[in-house]
Amino acid sequence: MAAGVPDELDGAQVGRGTKAQRLRDDLLVVNMGPQHPSTHGVLRLLLTLDGETIVDLKPIVGYLHTGIEKNTEYRTWQQGVTFVTRADYLSPFFNELAYCLSVERLLGIEAPPRAQAIRVLVCELNRIASHLVWLATTGLELGAISMMLYGFRERERILDIFELISGLRMNHAYIRIGGLRMDLPDDTDERIRGYLKELPRRFDEYESLLTGNPIWLERNRGIGILDAGAAERLGVTGPMLRAAGVPRDVRKDEPYSGYERYQFEVPTRTEADCFARYEIRVSEMRESVGICEQVLDSLPAGPVMIEDPKLRWPAQLAVGPDGIGNDEGYVRHIMEDSMEALINHFKMVTQGIRVPAGEVYMPVESPRGELGYYVVSDGGIRPYRVRVRDPSFCNLPALPEMTRGGLVADVVACTASVDPVMGGVDR
Amino acid sequence: MTDLEQRAIEEEVKRGVLTTTLAKAVNWARKQSLWPVTFGLACCAIEMMAAGAGHHDLARWGMEIFRASPRQADLMIVAGRVSQKMAPVLRTIYDQMPEPKWVVSMGVCASSGGMFNNYGVVQGVDTIVPVDIYVPGCPPRPEMLMYGILRLHEKISKRGTLT
Amino acid sequence: MTPEELADGLRRRFDDVLLARGEVTVTVGRDEVLDALRALRDDADLRFTFLADVSCTDWPGRDPRIWMAYHLRSPERNLRGRLKVGLPEDDLRVASAVEVFPAADWQEREIYDFFGVTFDGHPDLRRILMPEDWVGHPLRKDHPLGGVPTQYKGAFVPPPDERGL
Repeated sequence: MAAGVPDELDGAQVGRGTKAQRLRDDLLVVNMGPQHPSTHGVLRLLLTLDGETIVDLKPIVGYLHTGIEKNTEYRTWQQGVTFVTRADYLSPFFNELAYCLSVERLLGIEAPPRAQAIRVLVCELNRIASHLVWLATTGLELGAISMMLYGFRERERILDIFELISGLRMNHAYIRIGGLRMDLPDDTDERIRGYLKELPRRFDEYESLLTGNPIWLERNRGIGILDAGAAERLGVTGPMLRAAGVPRDVRKDEPYSGYERYQFEVPTRTEADCFARYEIRVSEMRESVGICEQVLDSLPAGPVMIEDPKLRWPAQLAVGPDGIGNDEGYVRHIMEDSMEALINHFKMVTQGIRVPAGEVYMPVESPRGELGYYVVSDGGIRPYRVRVRDPSFCNLPALPEMTRGGLVADVVACTASVDPVMGGVDR
Repeated sequence: MTDLEQRAIEEEVKRGVLTTTLAKAVNWARKQSLWPVTFGLACCAIEMMAAGAGHHDLARWGMEIFRASPRQADLMIVAGRVSQKMAPVLRTIYDQMPEPKWVVSMGVCASSGGMFNNYGVVQGVDTIVPVDIYVPGCPPRPEMLMYGILRLHEKISKRGTLT
Repeated sequence: MTPEELADGLRRRFDDVLLARGEVTVTVGRDEVLDALRALRDDADLRFTFLADVSCTDWPGRDPRIWMAYHLRSPERNLRGRLKVGLPEDDLRVASAVEVFPAADWQEREIYDFFGVTFDGHPDLRRILMPEDWVGHPLRKDHPLGGVPTQYKGAFVPPPDERGL
């Protein structure tokens, strides 16, 4: 089993007065992480090595456990959005969307069409941003350091757009139950379109940097093979499953929020290695650009929050002299005109909405795979149980399969291609 | 030496020589090349990476190399929520850093537990390691982190002794 | 197949089938879990080959107290279904689904970690997200949230579970 010196050579004369010697051949256990530059976040890997070859790999998680699920049980339904958005912090809009869709299904309502379209828009922009971070950090870990700078440079432009729309660069809490927090500002359309026009050319630049690069190919081609059978058995979803040839995408199979109206492809490869996953993610970014343009072309007019006063968030926002603030007219209305409106506002803000009892499982397609929210309500003002089926949590157990028999350097490439976000794994 | 030559030499010395105290010189060297150890945990880590990337550039202050090994670093930016399981690791990494070392607690989760007031999150890393600068925000913008680092530079330049 | 047809098909095999909000839920007894999972996976009409999620909810007032839910998906028929099992408070054991769906491995470890449910036949049942020496099962309703009072402008705000909302 030991690599290196074959049995016949042990003790043989190999030079003048030199005998070949088999050194100790026990297995070495090496700990990688949780603080490590190459594990995506605080992931700890216990490698059992035979020389440089991996015999076994054990991922140990939990170093970022925050108790998000328990936290939501002590807050109102609307406050849950700010918690779940920080679970998978690279795709906050997807967390918010899945949570709000599941609560809306419990309530039996649907967000207005404009809200649904804008949700798709920001989610696809988030997908591009998340894949850019993946590309940047993978490049950094495999040695393509300029990719790190390019990826984050692109991401800054997308974060500017997020800041324009929602006010925050990350962890936005923009998608709310029943719709959105507020409507798009007036110049959003031209800003986003201007940026989307440049993106395909930028993607070509990054592909020319990486795709034909012999070092990139050596590090990624044939590494971390996870075939379709193993992937399905292990419950893997997302680009990892599509790299193995299974064209599964929740946006196509079980469309939500109006995805059936947009034309897009689901890129699939068959080689099931790290390079295939890289190609798929770059293609997904291009598809997302297409979806965003379709959304902007067909954006319906109308409200972005449902009308029902028992469910909608009562505050109105308007651009004040110093930025966004409370709308003067609304404040005057509740303070001077209508006592019922004031009481309603008070109850909605302190107690929140009441959601009928039941349970719902709502999957969405996040950049890492199927993100599912299992929300249980007991009919009260607080969620009874919010369970996050995070794709990274379900993809990580495939890591031992992918790395067995490979080299230590391949562990880095494989972990990078799984694209785990420890916030989602540990919640 | 003539008087003219004397004055010429003095001019030359004034132009090319700087006098200062040893402490000031050492503090200047220390603050101008603070090397952070990679301790990005959660969302704040992404903003820290964005601060180190091209748009907001930490390399302006010599900080673009995030040393993976704590033994080669002198600044620990605790970026993100510290869970109970991670707390001993945090302390170990802090102990492995050589003196002098500084800690910046980035984000509200590191400074005080943030919005996660529960069993899983350490309510402020100052319960584990001594913190020099607290940078609030959820997550703080890269500009906020840079401002925090500049205040840390001021703090370092005020040190009176060499240790 | 629509959810209604799925519900009808399942009613022929299982007693307790509920169709609500477009989702089908089958409730079985604790001893029938593995057989039910196997049946759902291997049935030629259903082919629920993908285990999306294993979750758990704590209902302290009810008997059985702990309710587990297996979320299944049939990629070929494009169907989703849920299998629920109730576990009594004094005997939180159930057979592990790992032999039927290897994807249940880490999910069951998480349920053991947070609820204390023991899975018979699980290859490696130990805590996954909490530290190994943690005492207690955090997501149970009787486990406190564990927050600390927060000082704000001179007064102390109690932690969220004591605020009496």
